[in-house]
Amino acid sequence: MNFGQSFKLAIKSLLTSKMRALLTMLGIIIGVAAVIIITSLGNGMQNYMNDQFEQMGSNLVQVYVYSSGTSMDVDADDMFTLVSKYPKYLTGVTPYSSVSPAVRHGSDDYKRTKVYGVGESFFNADKGTTMQGEELGKGRFLSYLDVEREQAVCVIGSYLEKAAFSGDALGQTLTLSGAPYTVIGVFDQGGDGSEGSGDDVIYIPYTLAGRMGSSYMDMYLFTSADRSTASTAKGIVENFLFKAYQDTDYYQAITAAEMMDAIDSMVDLLMSILTLIAAISLLVGGIGIMNIMLVSVTERTREIGVRKSLGAKRRDIRSQFIIEAGTTSAIGGVIGIGLGIVMANVITFVMGQIVGTGSSDFHAIPTLGGIAVAFGVSVAIGVLFGYLPANKAAKLNPIDALRYD
Amino acid sequence: MEHLIEFKDVYKIYQMGDEAVHALDGVSLTIDPGEFVAIVGQSGSGKSTAMNIIGCLDVPTSGSYHLAGVDVSTMDDDQQAEIRNKMLGFIFQQYNLIPKLNVLENVELPLLYAGVGAEERHQRALRALDRVGLSDKKKNLPSQLSGGQQQRVSIARALAGDPSVILADEPTGALDSRTGREVLSFLQKLNAEGDTVVLITHDNSIAVKAKRIVRLADGKVVYDGDAHDPQAVVQPEETDDLPGEGFTEPTGEEAPV
Repeated sequence: MNFGQSFKLAIKSLLTSKMRALLTMLGIIIGVAAVIIITSLGNGMQNYMNDQFEQMGSNLVQVYVYSSGTSMDVDADDMFTLVSKYPKYLTGVTPYSSVSPAVRHGSDDYKRTKVYGVGESFFNADKGTTMQGEELGKGRFLSYLDVEREQAVCVIGSYLEKAAFSGDALGQTLTLSGAPYTVIGVFDQGGDGSEGSGDDVIYIPYTLAGRMGSSYMDMYLFTSADRSTASTAKGIVENFLFKAYQDTDYYQAITAAEMMDAIDSMVDLLMSILTLIAAISLLVGGIGIMNIMLVSVTERTREIGVRKSLGAKRRDIRSQFIIEAGTTSAIGGVIGIGLGIVMANVITFVMGQIVGTGSSDFHAIPTLGGIAVAFGVSVAIGVLFGYLPANKAAKLNPIDALRYD
Repeated sequence: MEHLIEFKDVYKIYQMGDEAVHALDGVSLTIDPGEFVAIVGQSGSGKSTAMNIIGCLDVPTSGSYHLAGVDVSTMDDDQQAEIRNKMLGFIFQQYNLIPKLNVLENVELPLLYAGVGAEERHQRALRALDRVGLSDKKKNLPSQLSGGQQQRVSIARALAGDPSVILADEPTGALDSRTGREVLSFLQKLNAEGDTVVLITHDNSIAVKAKRIVRLADGKVVYDGDAHDPQAVVQPEETDDLPGEGFTEPTGEEAPV
């Protein structure tokens, strides 16, 4: 008996008992859908993070200094000296501190606006962009004097300009922890311009940010000439910090590329674990198929006897039942893939709503590879778990099978 | 001339606990092409065992069975399956049609296992259905047919593979007497057209429709001869006081090849 015949017969017997077929497939459907959803989420998360890093620039080196509790201290001036010593590798440095003052304009609160304290070299005047990739639209960025003299000025993102100043922010003021700051520059819209997104930021002089709450950690952003010199630049900074502290515990330097890799591999690991858990439900689904196939073999003992009396060999019977099991789980797999893709889109939408980044930033995208593997695995499970019942059927004695009621 | 079916001193012994049951106890028998033989016996006489062995569903414990000159008594499962497929056509008491397949697909089954291509399979199955007069029902499911029609479909299925022997196991057992007679006259017609038919039954009135009767009792052949001989339908109890030699003699003469 050829494959096509067995396949047709399998479809026929699935159609004659739809409810049973559906219940048999349920385990596979859930397992495959779970695998698709998880791989989609992982893929989406990786893309999202990579985008974020890409915006930041791949020539960045982030340096953290955990200075609290030591008498020795390295400050921003030491970093500026370092840059001037190695102009081939280090093109700029700025302190970069994240603070959370209460942002107000008039009677409106902006709770999700991110506020950072930076130096003037955070902005590259030649390119007209910051180290994070924001492009200056109007006005100017913070200057050396602003930083040095602790001027209460700020540069804001496009969201705030629209929401707080209805499109005309230059020269206006907003308050940070009660102190008035004058807007001297506005960035062009980079993302979708929504609240809490990359367009909802305020940059102030780091000298002022340092007073908004002391942090146990100082962060510096170095720019290197390009991506290829970034790791040498990192070495220079590390070397300097080791000389200062004599202990690697007090600082950490990481290039954007390294960070991207580290996060990628973390997400990969997390996804592998979750996929493994989802795969357990595939295993359970396979056992469900085996169970039903065993019942089916018993129910169809007489049919098997008749087929054998008409000349079916063991392998004919075996392949008939294996194909039936494989078809069942393959159909379950296809349904599961469909369900998984739908769920991935639903999650993309829901995440967009909850996180408020808009649906353009985070996409849970099912990968073609993931779909192919899920389908392949579901067929393989059907065949694997169908083998035992099929072999039982193939070994039936035709005389006994013909007499079976 | 070569015998189509040749049993030489066939024993089939089942071990039932401590007791060895001789289902066939030294049976020698030959059937030639074109014969219509009824194997008769009461339950426990060994006729079902004989049918299983003739039908290559079982192998003898000792002795040999040649089918068309080939020793099939030592074959394994798959070799037997191939012999069943090529040489034998089964007709069962319960028709044993596969309920999910329509009439044509049922008749095609032996050809499917023989590896016959779709087009030829179709033609041959239709021809077989034509012979039993049911080609207009080819798309029906077995459950939509009467018992007599289902049995005719199973006859068509037995014929489809052009077997050397048609083996009918109580073919009228599940039918009313009128339909049963139709099926029997159909078997007679097949035989008249040249097919070899072996009929297994417990019923003398059915057995006499054959040309030759082989009566089994307690695993032994107690009569083998013309179906119209009055001796053929004598109950085994009554043959007890008759000399057994005389009844097995014809077999003894035919056995040597």
